[in-house]
Formats: sequence, C-alpha cells, structure tokens
Amino acid sequence: MLNEYLKNASAKWMKGEGPYHNIVLSSRIRFARNLKNIPFPSLAGDEDTEKVVNTTKDSLKRAETGLGKHQLTWMKDLDNLEKQVMVEKHLISPLLAKEDRNSAVMLREDEAVSIMLNEEDHIRIQCLFPGLQLEKAYELADQLDDLIEESADYAFDEELGFLTACPTNVGTGMRASVMLHLPGLALSKQINRILSAIGQVGLAVRGLYGEESEVVGNIFQISNQITLGQSEKDMIKNLLGVTKQLVEQEEQARQNLLNESKIRLADKSGRAFGKLSNARIISSKEALELLSQVRLGVDLGLLENVDPTILDDLMVLIRPANLQKYARKDLNPQDRDIKRAEIIRKRIDLSTNKEG
Amino acid sequence: MMCQNCSKRPATVHWTKIINNEKTEVHLCEVCAKESNQFDFDIDSSFSLQNFLTGLMGGDPEDLRISDQKKVQCDTCGLTHQQFAKMGRFGCGKCYEVFGEQLKPMLKRIHGSTSHSGKVPKRAGGTLRIKRRISELKESLQRCIYREEFEKAAEIRDEIKKLEEELE
Ligand SMILES: [Zn+2]
Ligand SMILES: [Zn+2]
Repeated sequence: MLNEYLKNASAKWMKGEGPYHNIVLSSRIRFARNLKNIPFPSLAGDEDTEKVVNTTKDSLKRAETGLGKHQLTWMKDLDNLEKQVMVEKHLISPLLAKEDRNSAVMLREDEAVSIMLNEEDHIRIQCLFPGLQLEKAYELADQLDDLIEESADYAFDEELGFLTACPTNVGTGMRASVMLHLPGLALSKQINRILSAIGQVGLAVRGLYGEESEVVGNIFQISNQITLGQSEKDMIKNLLGVTKQLVEQEEQARQNLLNESKIRLADKSGRAFGKLSNARIISSKEALELLSQVRLGVDLGLLENVDPTILDDLMVLIRPANLQKYARKDLNPQDRDIKRAEIIRKRIDLSTNKEG
Repeated sequence: MMCQNCSKRPATVHWTKIINNEKTEVHLCEVCAKESNQFDFDIDSSFSLQNFLTGLMGGDPEDLRISDQKKVQCDTCGLTHQQFAKMGRFGCGKCYEVFGEQLKPMLKRIHGSTSHSGKVPKRAGGTLRIKRRISELKESLQRCIYREEFEKAAEIRDEIKKLEEELE
C-alpha cells in the first residue's frame, strides 16, 4: 500500500473539494497525546517505545470501523527519500522522518488520517481535510482519540490537561490550522497589515511547510498559538471566525482587482501560465509564485481550460523528494530544476487535454 | 516566544527566509511585522526555543549550569532542571509535578493561563468529568431558580446530588 502513496504524489484527500476551496486549501487538526508512566520518546527505552506502538495499534485494531482501512509503517523500514516524500505530502513531520527508534506512522488509506507514533510525543493524531472543514477534522480526531483512550492510559493532569513533551503544547495538546491561498491580499499589499492583526487574537502565521518554511506562492498557514486555558471548541471557533473573515477580505480584494485592473490581472496570469507551459528550468520558489498567479486567474475566470486543482497537485509534486521519486533517481539541484519544469509541463498538458 | 526584533511583545508571525542557501527563522510581533515590508529584511537570528523557555523559567541557561543551586530531578525519568533548561522538553508526565513550582509562571507567559478547560478523557480524566458536569448543572440550576422554573430546578438538584454521591 505504501508504494501506492508514493506513486500518487499528491495525497488522495487533496482531490476532494471542500467549502471555500478556492481560498482555503486545507484544514488540519493535530492532537498530541502521551501514555502515563512511560517516558516521552526522547528519554524512552526501546521497550517503552514498542509498548506505545503496540498499545495504539491494538486499540485501533479493535475499532477497525473507527480508523477505517489503514496501514502501520515503521520509519526504520523506509529509506530517506520515501520519508521525505511523506513529509512533503504533510503526512508525517520532519521530526518523525529523522527518528528511527521505533517510530512509526499509521496511515489511513485515503491519507486524511495519520497517527504518528514516538515523534516528540508518544501519539500524534492528525486529520486533514480539503477546504474549510475544521469542525469535521476535529470530530474525527476526537473520535480516534476516544478509541485509543479506551485501552490506553493517557498522561493527563486535572489542572494542566494533556501532558506533552513541550510545554507549548500542554492543555488540549491541539493544534488546529488552515492553509490559505491569499494572492488578492498580497497583490493589493494588504497582507502584512492583516496578518499582523491575526497575532492579536492568539493565532500564529507560517509559510507553506510549517515552522521550516518561508512564505512563497502567497500560501499561509494559520494556527492556534496557545493550547492551555481555552476549550478545543473555542480555539476552533476563533480560528474559524478569523479564517472566514480572511476569505471575505480575500474575495473583496480579488473583486477590487478585477474591477480596477482586469486586463492587467489577465495578462499576469496568462504570462505565468505561458512561463509554466514553456519553462525548461524552474526553481520551486518561482514555480510556486507562478502557480499562485495561474490559480488566481483560474479562480477569477480569466484563464480557461486550466484545471483548478493544478496548484494543490503541483505544490506537492514539485518538491525535491517527490521529484526524485518521480525521476527514480537522486537529482542535484540543477537537475531538479529541469525535472520540475518537465513535471509542470506534463501536468499542464494533462489538464488542458482533459478540458479541451 | 518573544519578538526577536524588539523582545517586548510575543512573536506571532513566523517564517523562514533563505538567503544564499542559508536558512534563517524569523519570529516577530505584530508591530515589528507591520514595519517590515513584504516580510523582507535582515535580522541576525540567534533565537532558539530552548533559550526562550529557559528565559521564561527565570534564569539563563549558563547561570543554571554554573550555580547548580537547585538539584531538582524527576524520579520517574531522571530529567534534571539543567537538562530541561538545555532541551526545553520534559522527559515524562511526572516532570510536570516535579518542576511544577517553576513551571506555573512559564505556562502563564506562554499560554496566558495555567488551567486546562478543554477535553477531559474518559478514563484518565478520573473524576474531573463529573466535577465539570456538576458545575455546569449548578449554573443551570441558578438559571432555573432565577426564572422560577422550580420543577426543573428540583430535577437538576437531584442530578447534582446523585453525581456528588458518585464522587465520594
Ligand atoms: Zn517586536
Ligand atoms: Zn520526568
């Protein structure tokens, strides 16, 4: 089954559409959980980490309907490239990819659920949905959490809540986040003002690949900053409210741009499409920026016959490990830039043929 | 974490910039982020989570290592205060009790709160679920009395009594 994932570069859940999918690319909920009386992974022995995997595996096996068809994969059974592909698909964290000591991931067939074992915490439940579906993702994570807890004793404190390796996660242990494509706000130069306002309501803003990424292609990840003192529902409500406002502002900005400079906008996205269709060498940064402009053009009806999911797919496909998986060999950065241009051209051919 | 530019306000905007293949993490408060145009400026980032957390514990890591005044150690996982200062991570759930006293001000500064009001797990949560339920019921009891819905109030009162018996 794992070969399947690696063959189909973009995750299956991405193919789905969700509410506000033209602006909200995805919604994610992550729960950090630890078992009682077992040291956290950084200080745990082999017996301990094995116990974590077995306990989680057993509890979810008994509840097959809860998690659905899934597979457990040990990190030590994967080569570096395979791990990196999973990181680029947001299925595992960069930290898990680095860990070999009885670290594992339980992946649901559609890749919408991944449960990381022995990462920074014993158990990290992650649910990913396309579009703005935070509540749905929360419900699923909550349900899986209950299933695991039926046979696992969690480290929980009446006053501090769920105990985690890092004090920045203690309490709910929950990180809720949305990935947004905001080219309208960026083009109209409102983005800095708006993003800085977000900080005032307890949310944090990051680039495409979480903590280790710069903001490129106008893609922003917004998540709750604190985990203690508020209920999960309130945290989600807060993030949901801010996201909806951002969607509104982005729509407004797009409309204004359309009213004021439609021809320039059409020119910009048309040129971006031309570059992507004809480039022979392209960096990931340039590709993401052009893809952002193309996607905006598609969303606004300025570019016809281009598949709107082009950005979601290529965002993953053009990353280094996915490229090398596709090329079936190691590539140096220059070769990657060539391979990247090739993949983009193929993907564009595919989508335009399909439409026309 | 605090803003790396002014160190006065919490950092709420985070990203990584890459210049000449060198990655730099940038963490800014809303004021400094606003001043920076298009996320583009040069700041020498010497930020690390460890130092940050240690700072919140009320001392810098060098001090702790040299003076070694507090020989606090977790008896379950063996983590010492010095190790925590270095890693910024706890070793087990028990650590939260062991380092509890120093922990509170740190949690207060990270989260603005020191008490959990979210999900209570069914098993590990023990009696907390019942206690939460009781305080919810007490609130609705007050509302019923205020609205003079005495029949419903009596029902709620009985339910509270039953739950309180369960606690004993
Ligand atoms: Zn500042
Ligand atoms: Zn400990």
